[in-house]
Amino acid sequence: MSSPTILVTGASGMLGGAVATTLRDRGARVRAFQRRPAAIPGVEDVIGSLTEADDVRRAARGADAVIHLAAKVSISGPEHEYRAINVGGTENVVSALRAHGGGTLVNVSSPSVAHLGRAIEGLDATAADPDRARGPYSRTKASAELVAMGADGEDGLLVTSVRPHIVWGPGDTQLVGRIVDRARSGRLPLFDGGMALIDTTYVTNAADAIVAALDRIDDVHGESFVITNGEPRTVRDVFNGWCDAAEVPRPRLQIPGSVGRFAGRVVERIWEARPGHDEPPMTEFLAEQMSTAHWFDQRRTRERLQWTPRVSMDEGNAHLATWFREHPVTD
Amino acid sequence: MVNTGSKGRRRAAIGEIPGMPDVDPRISRTLEVRDHEGELRRWHLLDSGPLLAERGITPQGTLLAVHGNPTYSFLFRSLVREDIPWRLIAVDQLEMGWSERTGVNRRLQDRITDLSLLTDALSVRGPVVTVGHDWGGIVSVGWALDNRHDLAGMILTNTGIHQELGESLPKALQLATAPAFLPASTSLTDTFLRTTIALSRPPLPREVQDAYLAPYRTRARRKGIEHFVADIPADADHPSRPTLERLAEGIRDLTVPTLFAWGPRDVTFSDRYLRDLIERVPHADVHRFEKTSHLVWEDADVAGLVADWLRERVGPDSEQEAEPWRPVSSYAEPALERHIGEPIARLAADPAHAHSPAVVEMSGADGERREISWSLLNRRVDDIAAGMLGHGIRPGDRVSILITPGADLTGVLYACLRIGAVAVIADAGLGVPGLTRAVIGSHPDWLIGITKALVGARAMGWPGRRLSVEQLPTVDRAALGVETSIAQLATSGSMMRELGAPLHAPWPEQDADAAILFTSGSTGPAKGAVYTHRQMSAMFTAVGDTLQLDPERGLVAGFAPFALLGPALGAPTVVPDMDITRPGELTAPALAEAIAALGEPAVFTAPAALRNILDTADQLDEYGRAAIASAASFFSAGAPIPAHLLRELRTLMPQARALTPYGMTECLAVTAIDLEGIEEAGQGSGVCVGRPVPRVEIAIAVMDKEGRTTGETSQDPDVTGEILIRAPHVRDRYLMLWRTTRTSMRFPGWHATGDVGHLDGAGRLWVEGRADHVLATADGLFTPVQVEDAAETVPTVRRAGAAVVGPRGTQQVVVILETEAGYRPGRTGRPRAATTSLQEAVRRTVRDRSGAEVVAVFTTSALPTDIRHNSKIDRAALSRWAGQTLRGEKAGAL
Repeated sequence: MSSPTILVTGASGMLGGAVATTLRDRGARVRAFQRRPAAIPGVEDVIGSLTEADDVRRAARGADAVIHLAAKVSISGPEHEYRAINVGGTENVVSALRAHGGGTLVNVSSPSVAHLGRAIEGLDATAADPDRARGPYSRTKASAELVAMGADGEDGLLVTSVRPHIVWGPGDTQLVGRIVDRARSGRLPLFDGGMALIDTTYVTNAADAIVAALDRIDDVHGESFVITNGEPRTVRDVFNGWCDAAEVPRPRLQIPGSVGRFAGRVVERIWEARPGHDEPPMTEFLAEQMSTAHWFDQRRTRERLQWTPRVSMDEGNAHLATWFREHPVTD
Repeated sequence: MVNTGSKGRRRAAIGEIPGMPDVDPRISRTLEVRDHEGELRRWHLLDSGPLLAERGITPQGTLLAVHGNPTYSFLFRSLVREDIPWRLIAVDQLEMGWSERTGVNRRLQDRITDLSLLTDALSVRGPVVTVGHDWGGIVSVGWALDNRHDLAGMILTNTGIHQELGESLPKALQLATAPAFLPASTSLTDTFLRTTIALSRPPLPREVQDAYLAPYRTRARRKGIEHFVADIPADADHPSRPTLERLAEGIRDLTVPTLFAWGPRDVTFSDRYLRDLIERVPHADVHRFEKTSHLVWEDADVAGLVADWLRERVGPDSEQEAEPWRPVSSYAEPALERHIGEPIARLAADPAHAHSPAVVEMSGADGERREISWSLLNRRVDDIAAGMLGHGIRPGDRVSILITPGADLTGVLYACLRIGAVAVIADAGLGVPGLTRAVIGSHPDWLIGITKALVGARAMGWPGRRLSVEQLPTVDRAALGVETSIAQLATSGSMMRELGAPLHAPWPEQDADAAILFTSGSTGPAKGAVYTHRQMSAMFTAVGDTLQLDPERGLVAGFAPFALLGPALGAPTVVPDMDITRPGELTAPALAEAIAALGEPAVFTAPAALRNILDTADQLDEYGRAAIASAASFFSAGAPIPAHLLRELRTLMPQARALTPYGMTECLAVTAIDLEGIEEAGQGSGVCVGRPVPRVEIAIAVMDKEGRTTGETSQDPDVTGEILIRAPHVRDRYLMLWRTTRTSMRFPGWHATGDVGHLDGAGRLWVEGRADHVLATADGLFTPVQVEDAAETVPTVRRAGAAVVGPRGTQQVVVILETEAGYRPGRTGRPRAATTSLQEAVRRTVRDRSGAEVVAVFTTSALPTDIRHNSKIDRAALSRWAGQTLRGEKAGAL
C-alpha cells in the first residue's frame, strides 16, 4: 500500500509548517499549497492562490486528504478581504475535493467562531455562529466552518473541524513576536492586572491534534473540537513566560480593561477610515481577548481524538527560551 | 356552562394577553365561567394540562394555585417543570391579573365561591393540592374546606389565616388600609405593587418586574387591588370577618399533608403568621428560606421544594405508603438513658460533693471571681425552674437564651431542661445579623438575656416575652419591655420552697424537644439543630465517655459551649477570664489561673486559641507555668489541630493527653484522636481525626466524577466521598428546614455531614474538607485538603486555601496562600499574584504530592475564616474571589 498524499494549505505558517513536518516524518507524501514556497525539506511546494478555484483544484489532484489551514488571520481590515480568503478559499477546497471524488478534510478553525458571551470558562466547542461571532476574522471563519462541515458525508467527503486556541511556539512572529516586541519597548499592557485565565496551545500539540483528527476521521467526522494545552494560565503568566524566554522585561503597563476595550473601539474606527499597511495597535476584540477568561473543557476533545498534549506549558517555554537564545531579540 | 374565551362574549375587553417570561404560551388561556352572581366572567389562568397531554404524561393530580395581592398566576410559573408530574391550574382572581374587571366588589366568601365554580367548570377532580400565597392563601384554604373530598394536600407560602383580636395589623397593611391612604396607594399610584416587587433581594430581573406590572398599568386595571386590600378584615365587625374566622378554625380539622414555605423578610406576613399557622396545623412540614422576601417564589427554589415534597408526601410513592421518617439517632446503638441535669441533684444530695464547686467564673458579671457549689446550683436550678413555671413558662415553650457562659447561663439552661422548655442557643459569635436571624427564625416564646442582648432585642424587634438576668431598675425594665428577671424568678421559687411548695414537675419526655443549637454560618445561613432530651443526653454521655470526665475531674471551658457540659456530667466547670465571643484570644496566664482553680482538669479551647496560648506563654510566671502544666487533658473542638501545634503544647502541658475531636453542631462528638494517634497515623490524604467515639458509626457516600454522591455507600478503606455518621447523639432535625433536613437524611439511618473524607485500613477517619468544595477537575476528584496540605509543605507557606473556578468536571484549581513573611492576622486583604518562583514551587509540589494541577497561585495577608471557630478556611469565599478575578472582573478584598 502506497503512502497517502496529503495537501496542507497554509504550510508557510508556524502551525502549517509543523503539521507538514509531522506528516512527512510519518512517511506521508506531503504537498504544501500557498502563495510563496514553504521550502520544507521533503515537502512538495505547489504555488497558487486560495481564491483561485483552478489553483486549488490543481493542488488537490491526487490528494487523499486536505488539511486546510490557510486563512487571513490579522486582527483588522475590510471584511470582504477576509470573506474572499476564508470563506471563498474553503469553498474552493471543498469543491476541489468533490471534483476529485472525495477524501478527508480537516478544517482548521478557531474557537472564536462560536458565540459564547464575554467570558468562557470550561465550555466545550459549540456551534459556529457567523451572525454573532465577533469581528471579521471570527465571522468569516465561522462561515467557513459551516461550509466545510456542511460538506461532510456528501460526495465521499469526511470533514472535521479543529479549533486550536492561541497557538504559540518558537519562531512565531504573529503572536509571541509581537508580544515580545511590545514588552521590549515597554508598550505591552496588562488589563486589570492580567488576571483573566486563558488557554493557549503549544504548536507541537496543535499539530499533533490536527494529525490525530486526520487519523480518527472515520469516527469523528461531523464533529468540531477545540484544542488547547489544557493548562489555562493568567494572561500575566502567559506574557511573563514568553518575556522571560526572550529575556525582555516583563509587562509593567497596567490598564483597566474597560479603558482598553474603549481604546480598541476608537482605534478600530480610525483604522477603518484611514487604513494603513500596519496592524492597528489595539482592537476591541483583542482587548477583550486579553482581559476576559477564555478556557475550555477538553474532555471530549481528548477522548474522541485519543490525543493528549505532549509538550507542557513549562516545556514549551523552555523550547521558546532555547530558540530565543539562538535568535536573540535585537533593536 | 362554559365558553372558551375566544368564542365567548367580549366584555371589558382586555385585548391580547402578552407573553410572559419563562411561561410557555401554550399554558396561558382564558375561560368564561359564571360567578357567584350568576354572571359570565372571563378568567385568565395558567393551565399545564394540555402540555402534559402533549407529552403523554398522566398527571398525578392538580395543583390549584391562588395568588395574592397584587400579583397574579405568573407567580406560579416555576411549578411547570419535568419533576412535577401534576397539572398546574394557576388562576388570576377576578378583578386581578389578566382576568376580567367586573366592577363588583368581591368579598372573601365570594372569591371562594367563584373559585369553586371555576374548578367545577374545569371538571377538576381529586387529588388536588392547593397552593396559596398572600391573601390567596386564605382563598385556597376556603376552597380546600369546601372541597375536602378532592383535597390531597395543601401548600401555603407567606400568608396569614387569622388576625388576633387586639393584635394590630402588620405595619405595611395598617398604612394601606387606612381610609385616606387606600385609594392613593393602590389605585392612584401603583406604589403598593411596586413596593411588593421591590422586596426581593437580589432585585428581580427587569423583564420579571415588567411582567408583574403589566396587568396593572392603568388605574382602572388596579381597582381590584384596592378592593382586595379593603377586604382585609382588620376589625371585628368587618363583613368578611366571620368567613375568616370560619377558615381559621376550619384549617385545624384538615389532616392532609401540608407544606409551609416562607420568606422571612416580609413586612406583611412575618414569622408571626407562620407561627400561628404551625400552631393550627402542627403536622405541617415547614421550610423557611432564610434571607428571602414576601415573593419567596421569586427569591428561592420553592418549586424544587414542592417537587420533592409532592414526591415524598403526596405522590403514589410517598412515604404514607413507605416507611415514615425516623431520626438518625433511632438507628444507632442507644446510650444510657437519663435525664439531663440529673447529676446536679445527685451530687447536691451527696455530702461528699454538695459543697464542692460546680461552677467557677474567674471573672463574673461584676469582674469578681464567683464560685457556686453543687448544692447551691441544684437549689438555684430548682428555684429558677419553679419560678419559670410560676411565671407561665410552659413545657414545650421555646426560650431563647442570650446569656454569656457562666453560672447564670448554666442555671437558666438546666432549669429549662428540667421543666421541658426548649432552650434556643445561638452563639454570639454569629454576629448581630446572624444572631438576629437565628433568634427570629426560632420563633421563641421567651427571650432571656443580659442587658446588652435585651437592648439588641428591642432595637432589632426580636420576638418573645423578655426576661432579664439581673433585676433591672423599673425605668430600664419599661424601656426594654422586660417582664421580670431570673433573679426575681429564683427568689419567688425560693420563697415557694420555703413555704413548703418546692418544684413539683415531671421530668420531660425523652423524645420531646430539649434544645435548638444554631450552627455557625460558614456553610450557609445559620441552621437550628433540634435535639430531643434523649439525643442531648446521649451527646453529653458521648463527650463524657471520650474525655473520662467525672466529679473528681473538672473542666476549664475556654470555648463557651463547653461551660454547659460540666453539670450534665457532674464535673465542675471553670470559665477563664476572657471575652467569650473571641475564643481565639484566650491567653496563657488566664488559662493558667483557671486551671489552678481546679487542679488537673480537662481543658477545652477553641482551635485558634491554641496558637495564642503558645504565643503568650512567655507571660506566665513560675506559678502559672506550674498550674498550666498540671492539666490532665486538652480538648479542642471546631476544627482539627495540626500535630506540630500539639507537639508545641507538650512544652506547656507535659502530662496532658491532647485530644482533637471531629464533630459538628449536628453531632458534637464523632471521632477523637490524640497526639500519639496522629503520629501513628502518619501522613495521608487529609487530616486524620481518629476512630469513632463510643456508639458512633461512620460510612462514606461514594461520589461520581462531578463530585456528587451516587446513593451508594461504603465502609471500605480508601473510598473517598461524603462522610455519613450514625450515633444516638445525632440531632433530630433542622428547625423549619424541611428540605435541608431531608437532604441530610437522604441515606436512611445516616446523617450526611457535608464533609468529605475517607476511612483507612485501621478504621480511622480522614477529613478532607467540605463536599461542596471537592475539586472536580478533568484529571479527577481532589479534596481541598489534599491540595492545601501539599501547598503547606512549601517552606515559606504559612497556610493555604484551595479554590476552584469553572464548571464541575472540568474545574481548575487555584491556591491562595498566607506566607510566613506576609501574614497579617485578621486582615484578609486583596490577594496578589504570587511571585513566579513561589507559584512554580507550589505548582510543582501540589502536582507531585496530590496529582492536582494548579492554574494560579495568589498570596494574601490572611485567609478568610469562619468567625466562630476562627479556624475553618472559608473556601467558598476564596472560590468566589478567584472566580471573579480569573474571569477578568474586578474583585475586591476577600
